Amino acid sequence: MRVSKELYQQMQEQTAPKTKSYYTIPVAFLVGGLICTLGELLLHFYRFLGSDKTAAAAFTSITLVGLSALLTGLGWYEKLAKHAGAGTLVPITGFANAVSCCAVESKSEGWILGVGAKIFTIAGPVIVYGTAASFVYGIIYYLFTLGQ
Amino acid sequence: MANSIGQGIFQFTKPISIIGAAAITGEKEGEGPMSAYFDRICKDSYFGQTTWEQAEGALQQETVSLALEKAGLQPEQIDGILAGDLVNQCTSSSYGLRGLNLPFLGIYGACSTMSEGLLLASILTDSGAGSHFVAATSSHFSTAERQFRFPLSYGAQRTPTAQWTCTASGAAVLSAMPQAGAPRVTGGCIGFIRDLGVTDANHMGAAMAPAAADTYARWFQATGTKPNDYDAIVTGDLGIIGSELFCDLLMKQGYDAVNVHQDCGAKMFDPETQDTHAGGSGCGCAGSLLCGYFLKQLQHGTMRRILFAATGALLSPMLVQQGESIPSISHLVELQADM
Repeated sequence: MRVSKELYQQMQEQTAPKTKSYYTIPVAFLVGGLICTLGELLLHFYRFLGSDKTAAAAFTSITLVGLSALLTGLGWYEKLAKHAGAGTLVPITGFANAVSCCAVESKSEGWILGVGAKIFTIAGPVIVYGTAASFVYGIIYYLFTLGQ
Repeated sequence: MANSIGQGIFQFTKPISIIGAAAITGEKEGEGPMSAYFDRICKDSYFGQTTWEQAEGALQQETVSLALEKAGLQPEQIDGILAGDLVNQCTSSSYGLRGLNLPFLGIYGACSTMSEGLLLASILTDSGAGSHFVAATSSHFSTAERQFRFPLSYGAQRTPTAQWTCTASGAAVLSAMPQAGAPRVTGGCIGFIRDLGVTDANHMGAAMAPAAADTYARWFQATGTKPNDYDAIVTGDLGIIGSELFCDLLMKQGYDAVNVHQDCGAKMFDPETQDTHAGGSGCGCAGSLLCGYFLKQLQHGTMRRILFAATGALLSPMLVQQGESIPSISHLVELQADM
């Protein structure tokens, strides 16, 4: 092969189509925004039903997670995510999708070594590093509030 | 006997006839531009089974059975089948074919499996080790996604360079006894493992193009032929982007293949209406188009002499996670019409 890795890298960059950011970013913004609006509406709805602020927030999360898991099971979430990208990935619904899709997928390997073992394949790193980051944040918070 | 004409390159003194071939695909492939050439298009992506892995096994088994039927042979007349797929430990082939009662050799060449199988099966047939050998392969969108990417219902976006793994299978039956009108294997070239540093597992066409270009350049050099001497020079699943890179790479070695090059991955789907980005991929992509389309062209005389080189990315998800680049391979088989 008379082509060096460097030259081939250049050839690839010339031929590979770029992501159409002028389309993907606004769609992600809109869909993500709509999911958050739905969350806000749910929050007001639960408050209207008489829940206090903390309970209403928890009910909102539970509803969004449940809805996302249902849509994942029906195969609709991936269809929306294909267009929405980060808009469906970043909200709590994306996290629920990451967990429930693994559960659906690994059902064929059984409840213990399938669903049980593989349910957090995608969400696992988020939980691990989310917990680790909050630990670090806790220390920083402690140091800054020592004298108070 | 085969004559060696270069390192890993040979020509048969007595051509090997392909006396039967079958191609079966899934629904999406059956909605593409090549649908008329497949023997069967199955709408049930589970192929009557309960898991995806079983489904691919059933697909391959059905394809091999159909190829034997078309060749007019019973399983007991087959001296060996060479088959492989993309699932861990090649289980679609071994589980799928266990009920057929055939001498079985499992092979792995990723998506180059069809030409690897054909190459080996033709050498075995030529050697006198038996009179009939079969080369088969399969891939399934859902098993490949599980094996290499994310769960099916995960909301991930596919990159513009990503390819769509075909749910498809191809099987070809080779015979030591020449059959009038049957396409013939007349030579082959064993591929080198090539790696030009591509690390993006969503850009397989780019990873595999150097292997295909290298194999073709070696063949042209050893035989003293050029791309225009053939009715088609076929690659496996480089896709739309990989095909462009392949032609560029071949051009840099002095061979202009633009007019005669055809890529199975680029032919399989309509990227505009089927949302398949850079095209089709998977062992079954090249396998089904060889057995369904190209062999028929040779049989009907619309093509007389072609080169078929399926292309395989020899990666594993683990090695990609370790930061390794993707090595690739492409084996070539020369096919001619019996005129």
